Amino acid sequence: MAISRRAIVLAAGAVLLALVPPVAGLLNQPFYVDLFRRMMIFAIAALSLDLILGYGGMVSFGHAAYLGIGAYAVGIFAFYGVDNGFLQWSVAIAASAAAALVIGVISIRTSGVYFIMITLAFTQMLYYLGISLETYGGDNGMPLKTRSQFAGLVDLRNASAFYYVVLALLLLFLVLGRRLVAARFGMVIRSARSNEPRARAIGFSPFRYKLAAFVLAGGACGLAGALLANQTEYLTPDFMHWTRSGEIMFMVILGGMRTLFGPVLGAVVLLGLEDVLSALTEHWQIILGPFLVVVVLFAKRGLFGLVSRDG
Amino acid sequence: MLLVLEQGLNGLQYGVMLFLMAAGLTLVFGIMNLVNLAHGSLYMVGAYLATAFARWTGSFVLGALLALPATLLVGVVVEVIALRTLYERDHLDQVLATFGLILFFNELVAIVWGRAAIYTSLPLSLSGSFVLLPGLRYPTYRALVILVGVAAAVFLYVLVTSTRLGMLIRAGASNRTMVAALGVNIRRLYTLVFGLGAALAGLAGLMAGPIYAVQPGMGEQILIQVFVVIIIGGIGSIRGAVAGAMVVGMVDTLGRAFLRPTLSTIVSPAAADKAGPALASMLIYLMMAAVLFFRPQGLFPTRGR
Repeated sequence: MAISRRAIVLAAGAVLLALVPPVAGLLNQPFYVDLFRRMMIFAIAALSLDLILGYGGMVSFGHAAYLGIGAYAVGIFAFYGVDNGFLQWSVAIAASAAAALVIGVISIRTSGVYFIMITLAFTQMLYYLGISLETYGGDNGMPLKTRSQFAGLVDLRNASAFYYVVLALLLLFLVLGRRLVAARFGMVIRSARSNEPRARAIGFSPFRYKLAAFVLAGGACGLAGALLANQTEYLTPDFMHWTRSGEIMFMVILGGMRTLFGPVLGAVVLLGLEDVLSALTEHWQIILGPFLVVVVLFAKRGLFGLVSRDG
Repeated sequence: MLLVLEQGLNGLQYGVMLFLMAAGLTLVFGIMNLVNLAHGSLYMVGAYLATAFARWTGSFVLGALLALPATLLVGVVVEVIALRTLYERDHLDQVLATFGLILFFNELVAIVWGRAAIYTSLPLSLSGSFVLLPGLRYPTYRALVILVGVAAAVFLYVLVTSTRLGMLIRAGASNRTMVAALGVNIRRLYTLVFGLGAALAGLAGLMAGPIYAVQPGMGEQILIQVFVVIIIGGIGSIRGAVAGAMVVGMVDTLGRAFLRPTLSTIVSPAAADKAGPALASMLIYLMMAAVLFFRPQGLFPTRGR
């Protein structure tokens, strides 16, 4: 059996990511553990967006909302002294999924440009809600009292342990996502993207499937939000800022839509690029903006499309 | 009662600015089928150019008069360099590319004028207030904004319904291939329409300068509210833009002014103090959700789209 180039790229990627903490330890650069953990957290968010954007054809410009809800779930529990991670993270997922259900019910009935604007508007609404929550820091945000506790199972205060938890979750989501899009459920979503009337004609109700995908993606992104709150140990409405939604979307496109692995690559490259550029100049966005335009205009297949052409 | 009237006028003033933004956005979408997130950047550019020109010439009015054609020019340049290639692309590409433009413009403005907010001072003749009704004084400048906005709306109406250019715009919106086949230079028409939209956004921006803070990112704050306007009004329709802008302007302004006092008569004042501002800032989005739930195509959907 021939091993595809895609499989090699993936295995190499997983090994490289697993090697980051020991190598950073050898070089005495703990900063890189932090950076790559951040990349992987955003990778989870981006791959959840790929499920609805790439496979489902739903251009959601509001994915940062679930990042924020997940983060606030952890932060608010910690604020009241509840630091049980199992509880915090479950509620983060459930709350984000519930928000996605409400937003999805209203927005999936529309399509095209309406869908883009509505998801953006709802996220902005949640952003303003975050700003007005004076108890939880208002627009300044508030520090997270303690990282989530897992009854001695794993200690997130240990940078490497936290890193491997995130890596394990990322790999888990990749496998789950892969199986999901290959399953009947994934086929229905994809068929709805390419030809919705036809999907309806052969007896499926695309609305329910699309809504289910939207809720799943919201829940997964909520978990990424819970991780992000632990990563930054700080909570701010900025997690839900609309530019964050744009960034996550760009990760998906940069890496390659409809590949699930592409968005992971996109997250690593975009955050890496931001890190390099922001070290060069305070005004790094003046380089990033045109870069984004160029990628959209000329490299639509994304990075993953370039490295695994056999796909 | 007078307070309600005053806040109503403020709502009208905000609605007028939202309309100027929404009109450009909806024209560009209706004719070129382009979702332009960078429309807010043109608003910001208009505000900054007006401020800069006003300082340079020492006159607010002269600054405004110079900023208008300058913003139009910026719009045309952006269209020719970057956006022209996007008309045939799908909405996802358009959204991302114009998102890139926003990052570029916000940073460019921060480099040239700094990140701190700039405030424009009005000339004496405009900074006062006048007696509107016995017992009610209203700021002269806000009244001027309302007048200019209404004039711009009338101008736009006449332009679209009874000029040759307006005829081409309407024809381009319903069938652009046919218009091109009839020998109209459709590319130039597109550039013209985009420039018109840019000038309207610039007008809104330059008028916003003395009322709100001029700072990087100011365009996106209003842009997302303009999206709400368009969703409520129905995209591609000027009539919808007028209706949506008025509704959103009024609901937002009146909500911020009266929601907290009204709530405090129902629940405890402490609870009203907490919930009032939060609810007021979410009000237009909740209204949008309600409209969408009952009429997914907005209040004034365009025919055949």
